[in-house]
Amino acid sequence: MKHVGWKCCFLLTMVLAAVPLFAWQTPTPAASPAATSNTSPATTPDIPKTVNDKLKDLDQRVTNAQSAGDNAWMLVSAALVLLMTGPGLALFYGGLVRRKNTLAIMMQSFLLMALISVLWALVGYSLCFGGNGPVIGGFEHAFLRGVGADPNPDYAGTIPQSTFMIYQLMFAIITPALITGATAERMKFSGTVLFLTLWFLVVYAPLAHMVWGKGGLLNASLGGKFPTLDFAGGTVVHISSGVSALVCALYLGKRTGYPKQPMPPHSLVLSFIGACLLWVGWFGFNAGSALAASALATSAFVATHMATAAAAMSWSIAEWIKNGRPSALGAISGAVAGLVAITPAAGFVAPMPALAIGFIAGLVCYWMVTKVKSIFGYDDALDAFGVHGAGGTIGALMTGIFAQQVINPIFGAGKPVGGLDGHWGQLGNQLVGILISWGFAIVGTIVLLKITDMITGVRVSESDEIEGLDITQHGEEAYNLES
Amino acid sequence: MMKLEAIIQPSRFESVKDALREIGIEGMTVTEVRGHGRQKGHTEVYRGREYTVDLLPKIKLEMVLPDPLIQRAVDTILKTAKTGKIGDGKIFLSRVEEAIRIRNEERGENAL
Repeated sequence: MKHVGWKCCFLLTMVLAAVPLFAWQTPTPAASPAATSNTSPATTPDIPKTVNDKLKDLDQRVTNAQSAGDNAWMLVSAALVLLMTGPGLALFYGGLVRRKNTLAIMMQSFLLMALISVLWALVGYSLCFGGNGPVIGGFEHAFLRGVGADPNPDYAGTIPQSTFMIYQLMFAIITPALITGATAERMKFSGTVLFLTLWFLVVYAPLAHMVWGKGGLLNASLGGKFPTLDFAGGTVVHISSGVSALVCALYLGKRTGYPKQPMPPHSLVLSFIGACLLWVGWFGFNAGSALAASALATSAFVATHMATAAAAMSWSIAEWIKNGRPSALGAISGAVAGLVAITPAAGFVAPMPALAIGFIAGLVCYWMVTKVKSIFGYDDALDAFGVHGAGGTIGALMTGIFAQQVINPIFGAGKPVGGLDGHWGQLGNQLVGILISWGFAIVGTIVLLKITDMITGVRVSESDEIEGLDITQHGEEAYNLES
Repeated sequence: MMKLEAIIQPSRFESVKDALREIGIEGMTVTEVRGHGRQKGHTEVYRGREYTVDLLPKIKLEMVLPDPLIQRAVDTILKTAKTGKIGDGKIFLSRVEEAIRIRNEERGENAL
């Protein structure tokens, strides 16, 4: 049967190859009335073509070729970004919690892969990218109406809108997943589901629209009032999740026994694998945000890599000086801090500024999680705020300094972009973007936590917490060592 | 008939086991344990949080031996388990009243 299939394929290939050959050999008398109404002359050899038709045909093929290249890269990027949540973030966080909460935290990431996808298809995509209001999109693409093979020229003119839609979905998945780092080891599963559903609709969707959506208040290229540079989500993804994470940590209170009782990570091996997957997946996140297989994608790829490397080094150096030993957890935490900080800047900065951004981000985030957290005493269990909130904020600021029009002339050819171009006013725009993101995340999260608290409750009982969320929330254990 | 319990450094376990086999000791029970005597633990730092780990991993060997073998066994363990550093562990000896092999109900030293 397989053999027959192969033969058929061969035959089909021969026929398909022969058809254009016939078309090319057939003499083409000028201005045949039939040819003008024919849209695909290449596949119908019997109808002669005019020069104009041939040009049109060629034009179409060039467009198709670019579209094919861009689409290939964007589909791969979408898959890479999904890889960041599961298994990347799930492993990273999974290793950092205590053994009894491993499955619970992994399940939260996985749940979001399913939950946000469904919400996205129903209304999420439309709220983020439909319509052109200043704060939130509309319902024109609800149920993915009108989202198909045709590109949406406002966002990505060379790829099917479906590709753009599925790519943006992956961002919407990882953003709420990041928050679970702060609520880890003590938040109810039911409360997590409800809160993150609301959070996605009320905080993420408007912010994504404001920064990336057409007509959004903070949009840099599609008519925003305060053009904020955010290439891949420093404000939308990292500030929003990181700041909300801090609010969650404060609202939930400390884990029972924190900080007296030791709560070391149960498996840094898992975290290590997770961090490496995050690094790789982030190329899809940042370079993919060029929305094309372009030179800009390469530039963002390089900047992302350099910043990550520099941040892994600076965190390690700080630790080496402070503790006398550089740790694996420090190195991977530094890398993630670098990835976060370069996210808004990736498509705007050259490699040298990227190194600087990464190096600074590694130091600032190290200071945030080792010093600031203990000074204020909040229990941001896995440092979602210390890394994503802080890293996202300084990354967004530094984007305003280091963005250059030679990398990305986002304001038009020859127009200065960031501080290095002499356009220091951009720093003000960045600040507005940061403040709005912070404010939105803080207010939204407080209100939504209150609502969740009233409906399902947010925190497990103390005895459930001590027994562990794997057993009490999911009825299973990550490690059945006796089985 | 005596019971010998030895708590030793995990790193010395293989050598001790081989040396005991060489002097004709066939059976033993081995457990991975945690504990400390005079040895202090070490400090681990995770993102700036310090943990003192004072219960350290050790290996506990248990064997019940006929009297003539006891001294040789003790000497062998002393020789092979010693690193000279604090934390090398301890040996405890105690009299055993009776031993019974479950399979055929042999008793006394025959059961060992």
